[in-house]
Amino acid sequence: MPEPLLDVRDLRVHFPTDDGLVKAVDGVTFSIMPGETLGVVGESGSGKSVSFLTVMGLITARQAQIQGEVIFEGVDLVKLPKDEMRDVRGLKIGMVFQDPMTSLHPFYKVGDQIAEAILAHRKIGKKEAMDQAIDMLARVGIPRPDERARQYPHEFSGGMRQRAMIAMAVSLNPDLLIADEPTTALDVTVQAQILDLIDRLKQEFNAAVVIITHDLGVVAEHCDNIQVMYAGRAVEYGYARDIYYDADHPYTWGLLQSIARVDAPRTERLKPIKGLPPSLIFVPPGCPFHPRCPYVFDRCRTEVPQLLPVDGHHASACHLSLEDKERIFKEEVMVHQ
Amino acid sequence: MGRYIVRRLIWVVFVLLVITFISYMIFFVMPSTDPAVVFAGRQPTPELVAEVRHQFGLDHPWPVQYALFVKRIFLGDQYGWPGLGFSFNTRSELKPIIFSRMWVTIQLAFGAAVVWLLIGIPIGILSALKPRSVFDRMAMGFALFGVSAPVFFLGPLFLYLFWFKLGIAPGSGYYAIGVYGIGPWFSHFIMPWIVLALLYAAFYARMTRANLIETMGQDYIRTARAKGLSERTVVLKHGLRASLTPVVTMFGLDLGGLLGGAFITETVFNLPGIGAYAIKSVGSGDLYAILDITIIAGFFITLMNLVVDVLYAFLDPRVRYT
Repeated sequence: MPEPLLDVRDLRVHFPTDDGLVKAVDGVTFSIMPGETLGVVGESGSGKSVSFLTVMGLITARQAQIQGEVIFEGVDLVKLPKDEMRDVRGLKIGMVFQDPMTSLHPFYKVGDQIAEAILAHRKIGKKEAMDQAIDMLARVGIPRPDERARQYPHEFSGGMRQRAMIAMAVSLNPDLLIADEPTTALDVTVQAQILDLIDRLKQEFNAAVVIITHDLGVVAEHCDNIQVMYAGRAVEYGYARDIYYDADHPYTWGLLQSIARVDAPRTERLKPIKGLPPSLIFVPPGCPFHPRCPYVFDRCRTEVPQLLPVDGHHASACHLSLEDKERIFKEEVMVHQ
Repeated sequence: MGRYIVRRLIWVVFVLLVITFISYMIFFVMPSTDPAVVFAGRQPTPELVAEVRHQFGLDHPWPVQYALFVKRIFLGDQYGWPGLGFSFNTRSELKPIIFSRMWVTIQLAFGAAVVWLLIGIPIGILSALKPRSVFDRMAMGFALFGVSAPVFFLGPLFLYLFWFKLGIAPGSGYYAIGVYGIGPWFSHFIMPWIVLALLYAAFYARMTRANLIETMGQDYIRTARAKGLSERTVVLKHGLRASLTPVVTMFGLDLGGLLGGAFITETVFNLPGIGAYAIKSVGSGDLYAILDITIIAGFFITLMNLVVDVLYAFLDPRVRYT
């Protein structure tokens, strides 16, 4: 078994606030192999973004309490001194953010912003860095890249800006690319292009990729593995096909049922998951999903379910028996797919 | 851009016309006393008043008077360009007086501006980087004091402390650099600069702090960090760059306002600037002087407005004027 590229063990990220302790991430364990694409799915506030901002060392809140291990290429990033962490950011791990409208600095030219990332890690001249930046813009499919490099972000469309962000993130050939909801702010037609671009670059650069999203439908064909998160915890993990065709957690079922399908009959309504995501200060006791779960029983209210293997690679955190889960999935969830 | 500036300059002229019109109406058309009587002195004979009225053109209907006044300003009078007229008090032309007083005010305003930028902006940055720290609380305490303490309180306090009690600063008065040399000039300007600057420094510290805190929460700051840039580069290049544009706007307008006269500071420190002259002229009813100062103040404010707007197009690439 080869060494994982990223190995996150029992990560906890807590923020003390005036209202109480916000447990944004509360004991998450997962790993990513080199070249793998991992999809991380969950609602707002499920801890998916915070987990990966922690990996990047981008949690800037002074009072944040970070526990656990983030082993990246054999080094624990949580314990890494700040200046050494800077050599990881951008160089070893690239990150693309949700909103390309606000993620680029409005006052600097796009080419300069990409060249700045290169210059932060390579001892080369400005001219050379600019040439590399233009080359990167070409590789992410921006036409007339030398002209575009001299333009400001406001002269780019949303999709073009996200391409420029991706060019910046992969400009130093990182081993891991984290894309935090890279398509949420874009038009549907552009979404597919961006995901295809990430796929293509992943092949070209031979990088591992994390795609964070709240839309299970978006990542289906782009991910090897999928991790479903809820209330700061991982509730299900497995190969993409396990999640789509053999899901084992009621929350994942809910996500599957809320995917909009164009081929569904017009009379069929989307089935939203009832209720609201839990408060991260007063997380419900037992299974955090139990107040919203249609299959709740006594044990769910008191005992926290652990993320346990269902079969080999596939794991879920639910007290329902395997037989019950298979029956419910076949009878109630699959019929809609 | 060139067309925009030309259009704005025409606008500046228009604003000045409105200012002159309103001022002229107030002082010459509906005054409490007849300007000719004021100039003619105590218990004038009717013949003298009539002659003065004729000499100053006050026997024309007021629209003609106003037109002549505007013409003199823009095209010059018997004393040259711009036609600033004649002082009722000193019975001499106003231009040299106004220009020499302008020079004093310019030295006061620019010196104070340097001081308040050097104090206000660094304090604002340091406060923003460590909000709620001991330094931040002390700095914002200072800012509250600076904003609350008026110049007519701080000025005499400084004079009392540093001149009268401690004797480490010279007293008030203006010592021209060309006459007394750089030493006396500088030492006599230090206190007025600092006292005038404190109010603005406090204000700028608060503004810089608020802007920088807001900017540091922006997505593009997170992007800058994600690139692996040093925190120093993130703050100074990415954070400060974006948060200083509103400060530049304020700075232009504040400087423009001050160039129209720092009335209280000039009075407290006995500096013969344009503000002190305005107070003197109002007290003695020197109508042309009052008009001139009003127009000059208006000119600086509208001009600095234009400068700020043009500067903004260079600072923020999203702004384009056509």
